[in-house]
Amino acid sequence: MSKKKSPAAAAKAGTDTTTLLDCYRAMLRIRKVEQRLSRLFADKEIPGFIHLSIGQESVPVGISRHLRDADTIAATHRGHGQALAKGIDLNGFVAEMMGRERGICRGRGGSMHIAEAKVGMLGANGIVGGGISIATGSALAHKLADSGGIAVCYFGDGALAEGIFHECLNLAALWSLPMLFACENNGWGEFSRTDRQFCGRLEQLAGAFGVRYRMADGLDVADVTRVAGELIAQMRSDRRPAVFECKVERFHGHFEGDPQKYRDPAELAALAAKDPIAHALLALERAGVDGARLSALDEELEREIDAAVEYARAAPQPDFASARADVYAH
Amino acid sequence: MEQMRFGQAIGKALADAMHADPRVILLGEDIGEAGGPFGVTRGLYQTFGAARVLDFPISEAALVGTAVGAALTGYRPVAEIMFMDFCTLAMDALVNQAAKAHFMFGGQTAVPMVVRAPHGGGLNAGAQHSQCLEAWFTHVPGLTVVCPATPADAYGLLRSAIDSPNPVLFIENKALYARKGDMPEVLAPIPFGEARIARPGRDVTVVTYGAALFEAEAAARQAAEQGIDVEVIDLRSLQPWDEATVLASLARTHRLVIFHEAVEAFGVGAEIAARMADVGFDELDAPIIRVGAPFMPTPYSPELEKAYMPDAGRLLAAIQRAML
Repeated sequence: MSKKKSPAAAAKAGTDTTTLLDCYRAMLRIRKVEQRLSRLFADKEIPGFIHLSIGQESVPVGISRHLRDADTIAATHRGHGQALAKGIDLNGFVAEMMGRERGICRGRGGSMHIAEAKVGMLGANGIVGGGISIATGSALAHKLADSGGIAVCYFGDGALAEGIFHECLNLAALWSLPMLFACENNGWGEFSRTDRQFCGRLEQLAGAFGVRYRMADGLDVADVTRVAGELIAQMRSDRRPAVFECKVERFHGHFEGDPQKYRDPAELAALAAKDPIAHALLALERAGVDGARLSALDEELEREIDAAVEYARAAPQPDFASARADVYAH
Repeated sequence: MEQMRFGQAIGKALADAMHADPRVILLGEDIGEAGGPFGVTRGLYQTFGAARVLDFPISEAALVGTAVGAALTGYRPVAEIMFMDFCTLAMDALVNQAAKAHFMFGGQTAVPMVVRAPHGGGLNAGAQHSQCLEAWFTHVPGLTVVCPATPADAYGLLRSAIDSPNPVLFIENKALYARKGDMPEVLAPIPFGEARIARPGRDVTVVTYGAALFEAEAAARQAAEQGIDVEVIDLRSLQPWDEATVLASLARTHRLVIFHEAVEAFGVGAEIAARMADVGFDELDAPIIRVGAPFMPTPYSPELEKAYMPDAGRLLAAIQRAML
């Protein structure tokens, strides 16, 4: 873990205010969407299980700034931010959460199984580590097509003990695949601390396969975007894989509604000081960004989300017969 | 008429598909320079190069998962699992990823990929290199499962599998690789879900697939010597399977025996029997009988395996029972 930088130091490190404001906006958009999902879930307008990434927004935002439309990502079960940062359609996204016909996946996927092919979002995944090999295959396709594209697989520290991660790290290194292994390390694998599940170190693991490794402080989106930018630029030029680890905090439970009784109350109380959005806001204020501009941003995002929720509420329920007839592609 | 070995017909289907479509790539263990563990891919590496015939490390989970990701990003991968038994290591990619992506993403995506998997015993390969696990995959919505018996069908079904927008499990019985068969004058894809009447007959219908076809034909010849005229249906496709052809045959013979090499209990035959007991109930003049392997792992010793393998003798006894 790098030494934490003050917001002023981040500014000195070369992240200009415009970039920081863009990142702040993208993070805030994810945060506000997820806060809305949380309410809709509590009100039973969203069924099933949802897993919120509140506290982890800096990672997909910092990475996606450097991605192109043709680049592909495989997301996780905690992947709302990953999907939104890649450009998934918000109306269709919210409608999917609510299980409606106008949802991106016509109400068949939901939070854990949402994808939008046209923006290169290959799918969230209900299986821990399930997207890693899919991204690896996508990276292989980028390599074979010589498209210049890269694939990103997001995963949590909870996937580090999954065999598929180790298989794919080997393969990406062996075959020189343009594949970014992006680890959102929140210290928890579902309901258990990662240090009780995994005794290796990701940096050493990457080193064992000869894969370059960088880390960033997920509290500081400027740090994430700077390191991600350097890594991705290197990948575009030498077409080799990289491992990128960001330390973040998981503010909510494993699933929405999880009371997190397994976490120390002191740890939970300390989370507020580890919020990447508050951190970015402070930096923007110190950089002299107008408060009125920031509150206008707030309102603009709320309006966008209100509209998405209304779009979803107005959407019809999905039709069983058409779902039943679409198990196979024709 | 040209003859070809079963393994050669598969190799030819791969080569023809690769010539026809640059998106077709092969992934598998030892399939490149080594030509494949059973020689099926021999020569393809030399013809198409390392960028299209990819020698994979021994990582079956990543092998099939990589095929899914490549299929989602514009390629048509054909993955070879060296022995079908090793599918256990790739179940997540097959069952949770490949099979479901089209449906759960609302039809946005297709997953055009093939997994080739050699199954079957008779080689004294023992419990972990002999299993016929096709029933597992026929139970998963989203997967297509085919199991050809002849070189001609292997060629035609593999071409269809590679052309398909859906994930297809293409099952090859290892005992068939060296077996020769006639090839059609014009090579063409064979549609899924169409059975073939391998031998017409009036008295009893035997439904089978894969290498068991040849034991079934042997049993039919022995039955003919006893005056029993057996119709043999080769299913070729297991998911979807050709219910109409089986029902039409049952409506002629009124007797049904289902015969496969896979373990009998909860096997493909159970589904066919259950469907025919429902939609074919009025046609039945005898109980539907299944003949498959006993509910035990495939044993190693030649003596034990010989006793284990469902053969023409056991099938003939079942045919005689159906005629009582």
